[in-house]
Amino acid sequence: MSHSTQSATVPHPAGHSTEEIRRDMRRYLIIGVALMIGTGMTVWASLIDFGSREINIVAALIIASAKGFLVAGFFMHLISEKKMIYAVLACTGFFFLALMYLTLLSMAHGSVIQIR
Amino acid sequence: MEIPYSVKPRPDTGLYNAKVGIWLFLASEVMLFGALFCSYILLRVNAPDGMWPHHWLNIWLGMTNTIVLIFSSVTVVLSWASLKMGQFKRYKLYQGVTILCALTFLCIKSYEYHDKFIHYEVILTDGRIADGHIEKGQTTADTVALLGWWPKDEAALMDPPMGHPVEKIEIPRKQIKTMENYGPWHNTYTAIYFVLTGLHALHVLAGAIVIFAIWGPLAKVWEQDPERYINRVEVSGLFWHFVDLVWIFLFPVLYLL
Amino acid sequence: MESTTHDAHAPPHQEPGFWQKYIFSTDHKVIGLQYGITGLMFLFMGFCLMTMMRWQLAYPGHPIPIVGKLLFRVLGEDMVGKDAAGHVGVMMPGLYNSFGAMHGTIMVFLAIVPLAFGAFGNFVTPLQIGAPDMAFPRVNMVSYQFYFMGGIIMLASFFIPGGAAQSGWTSYSPLATVADMGTRPNGQTFWIIGMVFLISSSLLGAVNFITTIIQMRAEGLTWMRLPFFVWAQFVTGFLLLLAFPPLEAAAVLQLGDNLLHTSFFLPTGLVVSGQHLHVSGGGSPLLWQHLFWFLGHPEVYVLILPGMGIVTEIIACNTRKPIWGYRSMVYSVLTIGFLSFIVWAHHMYLTGMGTRIATFFQTTTMMISIPSVIILTSLFISLWGASMRFNTPMLFALGFLPMFGIGGLTGLPLGFNASDIHLHDTYYVIAHFHYVVAPGTIFALFAGIYYWYPKVTGRFMNEFWGRVHFALSFIFMNLVFMPMFIQGMAGLSRRMYDGGATYAAQDGVVGLSKQVIGLNIPISHAVWALGLAQLPFVINFFWSIRRGKKITSDNPWQATTLEWQTPTPPPHGNFEKPVEVFRGPYEYSVPGHATDFTPQNEPPTAAPAPHGNPLLS
Repeated sequence: MSHSTQSATVPHPAGHSTEEIRRDMRRYLIIGVALMIGTGMTVWASLIDFGSREINIVAALIIASAKGFLVAGFFMHLISEKKMIYAVLACTGFFFLALMYLTLLSMAHGSVIQIR
Repeated sequence: MEIPYSVKPRPDTGLYNAKVGIWLFLASEVMLFGALFCSYILLRVNAPDGMWPHHWLNIWLGMTNTIVLIFSSVTVVLSWASLKMGQFKRYKLYQGVTILCALTFLCIKSYEYHDKFIHYEVILTDGRIADGHIEKGQTTADTVALLGWWPKDEAALMDPPMGHPVEKIEIPRKQIKTMENYGPWHNTYTAIYFVLTGLHALHVLAGAIVIFAIWGPLAKVWEQDPERYINRVEVSGLFWHFVDLVWIFLFPVLYLL
Repeated sequence: MESTTHDAHAPPHQEPGFWQKYIFSTDHKVIGLQYGITGLMFLFMGFCLMTMMRWQLAYPGHPIPIVGKLLFRVLGEDMVGKDAAGHVGVMMPGLYNSFGAMHGTIMVFLAIVPLAFGAFGNFVTPLQIGAPDMAFPRVNMVSYQFYFMGGIIMLASFFIPGGAAQSGWTSYSPLATVADMGTRPNGQTFWIIGMVFLISSSLLGAVNFITTIIQMRAEGLTWMRLPFFVWAQFVTGFLLLLAFPPLEAAAVLQLGDNLLHTSFFLPTGLVVSGQHLHVSGGGSPLLWQHLFWFLGHPEVYVLILPGMGIVTEIIACNTRKPIWGYRSMVYSVLTIGFLSFIVWAHHMYLTGMGTRIATFFQTTTMMISIPSVIILTSLFISLWGASMRFNTPMLFALGFLPMFGIGGLTGLPLGFNASDIHLHDTYYVIAHFHYVVAPGTIFALFAGIYYWYPKVTGRFMNEFWGRVHFALSFIFMNLVFMPMFIQGMAGLSRRMYDGGATYAAQDGVVGLSKQVIGLNIPISHAVWALGLAQLPFVINFFWSIRRGKKITSDNPWQATTLEWQTPTPPPHGNFEKPVEVFRGPYEYSVPGHATDFTPQNEPPTAAPAPHGNPLLS
């Protein structure tokens, strides 16, 4: 049994043919490079004094989220996944946010949460 | 008896069993790490003014580890794609690199842990604070030898200036009021740092073991049932990417902010 | 699935040995029975702890009769003391606390969840969806083994120095960390490690259940054709999957506090018995409560939803009618699952979290009662105009309805933060949730045992003794828990070691009245009578395995769902040939049909069904 013919029959979320897989592999490499650059940017942004630590935190979290999106979206193929998985993850995300925000709100007295 | 859809996807969901299983498991992992992140935020928000430590960890080591993990994520996904094209040798190569990356990560992490365990904060009877790494060779029953500095107060210790001068410090034990290393008991920051990274390191270890098992001992499945083998690589890869994803958030949260 | 090709590849068929068949089995039915038997034993143990505590509450300071001396020998004089006359067998406060904490832990995590989810879920769910087994049979086995390990660790903690955990099943910090400072590891360490095993077991189980229900439904078994029991298990699976990890995280953090001297839940400046505690401080006791109740409240629905599922199956079968409002019940159970994640802080009104956030949780709490009421109402309406069969499973199912109703409705005053201030931490709370779980879920579990017993063993349980069991249990359950509402409203705290005697009214001192404290005695007698009332069940259970009335068909209750379409007992792999489903779950008394039930896999008569199932081959 030739492996290449076998593999052609394997369903693939992002394409079937060898050609498409090669294209995907190039894409993975580009994303890998983007992630490395993102890592550098996080460190760089954290070393800048914006005058307020809040801005550093927000910047770091935005970059981390963007990197997280690249990993989850492309490496984990969430960009083209099945409905069932979206549903599960949407629930999970909602409950995670509920846990975080409701807990935080119920423990932070007054309206402003001060960041240290 | 054969379990249906353990290899082929079920037509109406488009998924095979293990893929549903791993995503459900990852959902529970999101809640696990989510709860720990939540604890981190609360501990930080509750800390008294100026008493949350900054820059206690080596940014460059953390950054190296981030890059190692990202690199391993790329090799995982490339190995899976190679396998889909039937290139078993390239898969072996890529995934071998993944395993090496995992080991590198764990080595660097262990070094960082060790660094914290030999790092002491010493409060003297006259109220001065000394802070630094213990010099095992020169520490005796009478004196403690540190390679470190003299922060002017607790607040200075919470955010040590970068590149502060390091000197050799010798303190007679008689003058020491308390002496404590930077283990989890030191304060809530080191506590949550050790729990978050420790749990993450366990995940790295578990992921590396699974990837190695599929790569080495279970490689013959490729000959018997290639589709099942590709599924296994995909599922273990999803777990690995998740571990990478967690670290992408852990790095800025613990090292930078 | 073609058995012929399978056999061709397999080595010469060999009957698996005892160990492989019963101990390390991957068959969902055997695992279900393992869960069932272990769970029933823990149920019994949890009850025994309570019988001894009830003695202390009714007759504080008197030696426990019968077992007092035995306890003294086993647990030592720190735990079991002497009365004024020198008789050994008096329960000491530490032991009372241990028993209380372990009663809750054992009942919730080692008895009810394993029975409702592990036992019934494992045995019945794959059968009802027409699957040959669970999606991951080996994970299923590991899940049981984790549960078993967790149970052993919990039990072992009774016999270590200092005894078992003493800080309630909720293990609130900092109490849980400072309660027993003597030795480490202590009972609390064992509790945490045991919990980590139990949580891991539940997570593996939940992944397996959800995957099985999503992936392994038989051909034609669409979502809206699923029996309600399967829906209940599905939602329960999600609750376990997403609510347990935060408790696992919290357990890891508390383990740090316990063993590594971290201060996750220990505030700065904590003073214990007059001594400044030497910890770094800076932690938050409330964080534990949040993480605990984030599990704790969904857990309540983990306890009740499978019970609702069981009762629905039995009511449909014994009213010989379709369930009224099946769709609204399905949407309700989904709504319950969703809302149960955002109500948790109603356990924490008294922590001073502020009116704004308390109002939010009060609102969601009131909202979640709506779908519960819809389910209960649908079940009540299903009874309307039915010619019911009053067999033992049906009696227990009918007993469930009002009992759960009382439990649910008495929860409303606890959900309003104004009235909760008075009722918080009193016997009212105990009465409320025991009405939900004891005469609620446990009645449903009994109903399920009587109902599916013929499928497991091929014999019925004795009907007469089943009815005796039901009647006595029903009476004594109410005698136990109804007076607790009165005690609670009078202000009796649930944590009192002496049954409230410390706060008794005296001349010129306002306090608990004699009548309120006096209720402890009849309650305790009712508890012991309730224990005796289980004897008919225990004897019936074992006697019927060999002596019960034999069934004459694989479908002795003439039910419609798929578990009755297998041989009895179902073999490994369950169905003789792949199943195809053509109709909804509860087609009873369909006009024009020859029998008053139409099994789900019976093809429509008009158009003959194509044979076989290409997708399963």
